[in-house]
Amino acid sequence: MNGAWLTVLMAVPLVGAAVLAALPRRVAPVVAKQVALGVSLVTLVLAAVIGFAYDPGAGYQFSVELDWIPAFGAHFALGLDGIGLALVLMTVILTPVVILASWNDGDQGRWSVHSFFAWMLALEGLAIGVFAATDVFLFYVLFEATLIPIYFLIGGFGGPQRAAAAMKFLIYSLVGGLVMLAAVIGLYVVSADSEFGSTYLLAELQQVPIDEGVGRWLFLGFFIAFAIKAPMFPVHTWLPDAAAQGTSGTSVLLVSILDKIGTFGMIRFCLTLFPEASQWATPVIVVLALISIVYGALLAIGQDSIPRLIAYTSISHFGFIVLGIFVMNSYGATGATLYMFNHGLSTAALFLVTGYLIRRRGSASISDFGGVEKVAPVMAGILLFAGLSSLSLPGLSPFVSEFLVLVGAWQYAPWVAIVAVSGIVLAALYILLMYQRTMTGPTRPEVLGMRDLGVREVVALAPVLLLILGLGLYPKPLLSVIDPAVEDTLVYVDGVSPDSPDEAVTGTETDEEGDQ
Amino acid sequence: MNGAEFTAPSVEYSLILPLLVVFGAAVVGVLVEAFAPRRLRLPVQIALSLTALLTAFVVTVLVGLNLEERGDGRARGAITLEGAIAVDGPSIFLWGLVLLLSSASVLLFAERRLEGGVTAFAGQAAALPGTDAEREASSKGLEQTEVFPLMLFAVGGMMLFLASNDLLTLFVALEILSLPLYLLCGLARRRRLLSQEAALKYFMLGAFSSGFFVYGIALVYGYAGSMNFADISTAISGRIGGDALLLGGIALISVGLLFKVGAAPFHAWTPDVYQGAPTAVTAFMAACTKVAAFGALLRLFYVAFGGARVDWEPMIWIVAILTMVVGSVLALTQTDVKRMLAYSSIAHAGFILVGFVGAQQLGDLGPGQLSSLEAVMFYLVTYGFMTLGAFAVVTVVRDSGGEATDLSRWAGLGKESPMVAGVFAVFLLGMAGIPLTSGFIGKWAVFSSALSAGAWPLVVVGVLMSAVAAFFYIRVIVLMYFSDPVGEGPSVATPSVLTTIVIAVGFAATVALGIVPGPVLDLAAAAGEFIR
Repeated sequence: MNGAWLTVLMAVPLVGAAVLAALPRRVAPVVAKQVALGVSLVTLVLAAVIGFAYDPGAGYQFSVELDWIPAFGAHFALGLDGIGLALVLMTVILTPVVILASWNDGDQGRWSVHSFFAWMLALEGLAIGVFAATDVFLFYVLFEATLIPIYFLIGGFGGPQRAAAAMKFLIYSLVGGLVMLAAVIGLYVVSADSEFGSTYLLAELQQVPIDEGVGRWLFLGFFIAFAIKAPMFPVHTWLPDAAAQGTSGTSVLLVSILDKIGTFGMIRFCLTLFPEASQWATPVIVVLALISIVYGALLAIGQDSIPRLIAYTSISHFGFIVLGIFVMNSYGATGATLYMFNHGLSTAALFLVTGYLIRRRGSASISDFGGVEKVAPVMAGILLFAGLSSLSLPGLSPFVSEFLVLVGAWQYAPWVAIVAVSGIVLAALYILLMYQRTMTGPTRPEVLGMRDLGVREVVALAPVLLLILGLGLYPKPLLSVIDPAVEDTLVYVDGVSPDSPDEAVTGTETDEEGDQ
Repeated sequence: MNGAEFTAPSVEYSLILPLLVVFGAAVVGVLVEAFAPRRLRLPVQIALSLTALLTAFVVTVLVGLNLEERGDGRARGAITLEGAIAVDGPSIFLWGLVLLLSSASVLLFAERRLEGGVTAFAGQAAALPGTDAEREASSKGLEQTEVFPLMLFAVGGMMLFLASNDLLTLFVALEILSLPLYLLCGLARRRRLLSQEAALKYFMLGAFSSGFFVYGIALVYGYAGSMNFADISTAISGRIGGDALLLGGIALISVGLLFKVGAAPFHAWTPDVYQGAPTAVTAFMAACTKVAAFGALLRLFYVAFGGARVDWEPMIWIVAILTMVVGSVLALTQTDVKRMLAYSSIAHAGFILVGFVGAQQLGDLGPGQLSSLEAVMFYLVTYGFMTLGAFAVVTVVRDSGGEATDLSRWAGLGKESPMVAGVFAVFLLGMAGIPLTSGFIGKWAVFSSALSAGAWPLVVVGVLMSAVAAFFYIRVIVLMYFSDPVGEGPSVATPSVLTTIVIAVGFAATVALGIVPGPVLDLAAAAGEFIR
C-alpha cells in the first residue's frame, strides 16, 4: 500500500467539512447531518481498510514524504505505527458516534447546524493528521490548528458560560503551544548543525545528537505543551469548565480525542527525541502524575455537575496514562497506549449517556435527579455500564490497560503503584455515588415523565459499548498492534526493560483468564 | 575654484529606473494638478499613480533579473550614483514589496463609494473645520487629488531610503518619505480635528527625531571621516576600543530610525497618528513605511555598523524586548480598533527586531539555514499584506458617523456580515501567529533566526508576548462572533471593487503564505546579502 492512503484518510473529513460549510443555509439541517454522518462513515471504512492492511511489527507504514517548506526543513510527512494507528482508529470510530449522538445538539447553537457538523469533521481530519504526522513541524501546525474547530464548537454550541470557557481553553492551549513553538524552533537550530542539515523529519531528528542542557530545555518546551493538553495537575483547570459548557459531543471530541494528543505527544516526541531529558524529568513527572490521579479523583467525588465530574475523572485517568509512559518499561508504555484508546471509549460512553440525561432534565446537577432507573431503565443500564468501564471493572476494556500501567508502575517502584491504586478505589466511589444519587432511590417528580432512550441514541452508543466489552475480554488484536510500536519507542530510552513484547501480551491474557 | 575639476558623476540609469519612474510620475502628477480641468483630475491621477507603480514594479523585476553577481556569489547588484545608492538583492526584494503594497494603497485612496461618491480625503484641505469654506467645499463635492502625487513622492522616498548607501542620501530619503506622509495624515474628510492633530503630532515628533538623526550623522562623520557606508565600515573595523563619537552617533541615528519603525520607547506617536489619519493613509503608512524603515535599518547596521555589532546588539535587545512588551500589553487596554492595530504594529516591530539580531554571518549558519535578513524580509511581506488587508476591512465597517472604529460597535459583526467578520478574523489570527496563516511562518522565521544567534531570552519574551498578543486579537474575534450587537449594531457598507481587491489580495496572501511559503522564502534567499 502506498502513502496516498493516509493523505486521503485525512483529506476526506476536511473536504467534507468544506462542503458542509459551503452548503447554502437554506438546505435543510437534516441534509447537513446526513452528509456529516456519511463522510465520517466513509472515513471509518477507509481507516478500517488501512487497519487490516497494517502489518504489526513493520515500523512506520503507509508513509508519505514530500518537501513542504524547504527553507525550514519541513515536510509533509505522514506515517503510522501501532500507537498512531490505535489513536487514528479511535478517532474515526468516535466521530460518527458523536455525530449520530449529537444529532439535535447543534440546533440551538449560535450558528447554523451546518457549521456545527463542519467543525466536527474538520476536527476529525486534523486529529488524524496529528496522529499520523512524522514531521515535527507538520505535527505542530496541525496540533495548533485543532484549536480553532474546538474553540468554535465550545463557544458556539454550549451552555451559558460557553464563551468564557472557550476563551479559557484557548488561552491555556495557546500558551502551551507557543512554549512548544520555541522548542520546535530550537530543534531546527540544533538540526541545522547536524549531518542532515535543517530538518524536521522525526526519523532524522531522532539521530541528531542533542546537547544535554539544550535537550532538557527543549524537552520542557514540548512537555509543558503536552501537559496542558493532556491535562495534568497543575495545568488542568481549563478542562472542567470546557467540558461543563460544551455539548456532550464536543466534550467527547475534546477529552477522548484532542486531549490524547498530549499523551500521544509525550510518547512519540518527548521519549524518542529527548530520551536523556525524559529520564532526567521522570521523578518529577511521576509525582505529578500521581497527584493528578488522586487529586482528580478526590475532586470528582465532590462535584455536583455531571460533566465536571467526568472531566475530573479524566484528569485522574490521564494521570494513569502519563504514569504509564514515564515509568518507561514495556508494561507501562503498552498499558498507557491501550489506556488512551480505552479511555476514549469509556469517556465517550459516559459523556454521551449523561448528555442524553442532562438534555432531558435541562440540568446538569446530580442533585436534580433521583430514581431515574424506574422511568428510564435502558438509560440507567447504559450509564451503569459506562460507569463501570470508567472505574475499570475487570472484563471491560479499561481494566486491562489500568492493570498494565500498575504492573509497570510496580516495576518502577512499588510505592508508586500503591499510591496509584488508591485512584481505582476512589474511582469506584465517584462513579457509584453518581449512579446512586441520580438513578436509584425514590423517583423525583421532575423526572417522572422522562423518556427512555430512543433508537438513534442507543444505536449511536452501541458500537462503543460493544468495543468496551469486546476489548475487555479479548484485547489481543489491539495489543499486538501497539506492542511492537511501544518496543520501538522504548529503544530510544536507556532504561528499556528487557521484557519481550510477547511476554507483555501473554501476561495480560493469563490475567484475564484468572478474572473470568 | 580650488583646482579640483568637476567631473560629472557616472549614473547607471538602468539600475535606478524604478526610482525614476516613481519620482517622474509624482512630478507629472503635480503638473496634472496645475493644468488638468477639475473633473478630469481624479481619474487621471488614479490612472497615473497606478500605472507608474505597476510599471516601476515590472522594471524592478527586470532590474532584479539582470543583477550582476559580486564576490563569492552570495550578493548581487551594484552601487551606483557615486556610491549613493546600492541596488542589490535586498533592495530589489523590498522595492518590489513596497511597490505592490503601495499599488494596493492607491486602490484604497481611490475608493469613493464608501463616502457616498467622494474620496475619504478632505474636500479642501485649506478650509478650516467648521467654517463656511468647508461647508462650501463639501456641498460642491470637491475632492483633494494632490494625495496621489504626495503618495508617489512618499513611495519614491521609501524606495530611496532602503537603498541608500550613504548617510546623506539616507537623510534626504527620510525627509522625502516623511513630509508627504505628515501632510497625508491631516487630510481626513471626517473627524478633521483629530486628523489634523495627528498630522501635527507626527510632524513635531518626526521633526524632532530627524534632529537626532542628523546629529548622529554628524557624529559618525566626525568619527569615520566619510558618509559612505563602506568607508564607515572600514573605519570601524580598524578601531581598537570603544569610541564615544561612534557610539553616540550610532545611538542618535538609531533614535531616528527606530522612531520610523515605531519601536518603543519611540513609539508614542503611532497610536495617535494611526487613529487620526484617514484609514487609507494609515494602511499605507503602517505597511510601507515599516518595510522601508526596516530595510534602511538593516542595511545601515549590517553594512556600515556591522563591525560594531557587539556594541549595538545589547541596545537592540533592550529595544526589542521593550517594544514587544509595550505593544502587546498596551494593546490589551485599547477600545478603538485602529489604536489596537497601531499597538499591534508596534508589537510586530518588536518581533521583527528579534529577527534583526539573529544570525547573519555565513559562519554562524548551517547549510541552507535561514539568515536574519531573509527572516526579516519574509516577515515584512506577511506583515505588510495582513496590515493592509486589516485596515481595508476597517474602512468598510461603518455607522452614521463614518467608520465605526470603536470596538464596541464591532459586536455581533459575525451575524451582520459573516464574510467581513470571517476575513477580519483570518487577519487577526494571522497577526496572532496561528499556524496555517502567514503570520505563523513569519514568526517562526524571525524566532529561528534569533535562536540561531543564541538570543534565546529574546525568543522567550517573544513567545510570551505572542501569547499576550493572541489574547487581544482573539478578544476581537469573541466580540464579533460571541457578543450580541449593541443598539443598532454595525453595518457593513458595500465597497467598490477597489477596496474589495485590496481585502481579497491581503486575505489570499495571508492564507497562501501560511500554507505554501516556499516560493517567497526562496525569493528572499535568492536576494542574497547586502553589497558593500
